[in-house]
Amino acid sequence: MNRQAQAAVLFLTGGAILHAGLTDLYLRYVKAGLRPLLLAAGVVLIATAIATVWYDRRERRTRTDAHADSDPHSDPHSHAHPHDHVHAHREPGIAWLMTLPLLALVLVAPPALGSYSAMRTGTALQKQPWGFADLPAGDTVRLSLVDYAGRAAYGHGRSLGNRRIRTAGFLAMGSDGTPYLVRMALSCCAADAQPVKIGLTGHTPTVLRPDTWLEVTGTYTTKRTKDPVNEGVIPFLDVTDAKPIKAPRDPYDESWNG
Amino acid sequence: MTTTDTTPPGVEDRETDGAADGRTDGRTDGTTDVPGGPKGWQFNSPLVLTMLLLAGVVLQDPLRGALSAPVTQSWMTVFVAVIVQALPFLVLGVMLSAVIAVFVPPSFFARALPKRPALAVPVAGMAGAVLPGCECASVPVAGALVRRGVTPAAALAFLLSAPAINPIVLTATAVAFPGEPRMVLARFVASLLVACAMGWLWHRLGRADWLRPPERPSWEGQGKGAAFWGSVRHDVMHAGGFLVVGAMAAATLKAVVPADWLGYAADNMLVSILALAVLAVLLSICSEADAFVAASLTQFSLTARLAFLVVGPMIDLKLFAMQTATFGRGFALRFAPATFTLAVLVSSLVGAVLL
Repeated sequence: MNRQAQAAVLFLTGGAILHAGLTDLYLRYVKAGLRPLLLAAGVVLIATAIATVWYDRRERRTRTDAHADSDPHSDPHSHAHPHDHVHAHREPGIAWLMTLPLLALVLVAPPALGSYSAMRTGTALQKQPWGFADLPAGDTVRLSLVDYAGRAAYGHGRSLGNRRIRTAGFLAMGSDGTPYLVRMALSCCAADAQPVKIGLTGHTPTVLRPDTWLEVTGTYTTKRTKDPVNEGVIPFLDVTDAKPIKAPRDPYDESWNG
Repeated sequence: MTTTDTTPPGVEDRETDGAADGRTDGRTDGTTDVPGGPKGWQFNSPLVLTMLLLAGVVLQDPLRGALSAPVTQSWMTVFVAVIVQALPFLVLGVMLSAVIAVFVPPSFFARALPKRPALAVPVAGMAGAVLPGCECASVPVAGALVRRGVTPAAALAFLLSAPAINPIVLTATAVAFPGEPRMVLARFVASLLVACAMGWLWHRLGRADWLRPPERPSWEGQGKGAAFWGSVRHDVMHAGGFLVVGAMAAATLKAVVPADWLGYAADNMLVSILALAVLAVLLSICSEADAFVAASLTQFSLTARLAFLVVGPMIDLKLFAMQTATFGRGFALRFAPATFTLAVLVSSLVGAVLL
């Protein structure tokens, strides 16, 4: 790949990264906190592309000037060619691979991880050494799925009582047909995303399509099961009401990042 | 304009003339890097690039169809995620390495590091604590240090310790293991020990000819600006290409290999340590995030999980690819297995003592 093509790839990659960082696209792949770094990287890549073209042009101009000024045959050691040896280096062929993520990001923009990954990975619910804060007052309490799962599994529902809980996640189906509501928890990028799962029981919706986002309302139940993948605890929620919702802006739960 | 350094000047002139009238014979480097004059019939990289992008746009719908299967979708997501996550750190490392290559004189490192390599190794290992970031940043920086005349043993100790013992990674480890503060200490001690041991091992056994950085343009005789941006461009494209290889491997593992085979390995102490060490190599997770993954591998002992945390930042598929890019294949093929073995041994020992 020669330098003009490299400049083009750098420019497009920088543009794609900037675009992903300026829209919510980047949230499908990395944590929200990486945004400033992404934007900075995009700017640097574009600057590199511009600098490459700029120095390439300047170099060519000085060379043409030098050719016009002096007869190169009579003065082979002329210092008018200070940059020539740069071209001598074989430009890395491996650089062509940089077009793959570019194409993937621009043309496909794959979705956030969903039920397929969720059911292949064990639930990542962590035991917390500190207790659970009291629930806020009010009729129905809105909890994140990870929060509910933690309270239900390790607090044995003591902090939940008979309160009505509302939480959201996407659907995934167990191999035995149990519907699970899942939220992927992420600490850096989608490669380390891990699911936190709760089982749904009670008035579950009749039509269950994996990967649809649901907002469910229900109460704590003592029913629980073990994740077949890593034997982690999966608590259940006794559902009274469920309605489909739009996927949230950030599809991943990032509460671990503080 | 397209000659190698060894080409006599006469040939250069002939080629310059040749390029002007469209002649391309005599080119030895195989690239189509001819800035002088367009050549309509010839495949040159901008043309190939344009065709590639156009083909992608035209075939968008069939491509989307093929990519809508859950396996390919999650493969693509992980692939893109690894690249997007690593790029800022790669760019940071590449800029630092360009600064070292262009603006920091070699004499600085001669003064900053102890003269004796045996002493320079632990100093460089500890210096790894100040490079905040993950392993993608440390590879180009270590490469620049070697080219700037730092003794390879010290640069390698820095390469191995930087991603594992910097404050961000240690904080993440503490957050991921809230009930186990000793895990942070164990990770710090084991990583630093392995980094220094590898440095000393290289000092005793390493041979300079194993460490053959691939040819790269020399930046001498250019303006500082041209040299800086040339170095950034070259390193981003070069290391980035290898990063793509590593990301593809990691995505394949994550999307295709079932996770429950791990359950069988957890029972036996030795097997579990080896299994998690191998998993760390295959998964190629960023060192800032691996503690959270380790924390969720609850069926494994703490020592096995320590091995995961020590091996991962030092050697994984992505790093192996990037080390090949920076130091050459002959180096990476020797360095990677040695690092792996030593990391497993040291983390087992440290785990036995501390955990």
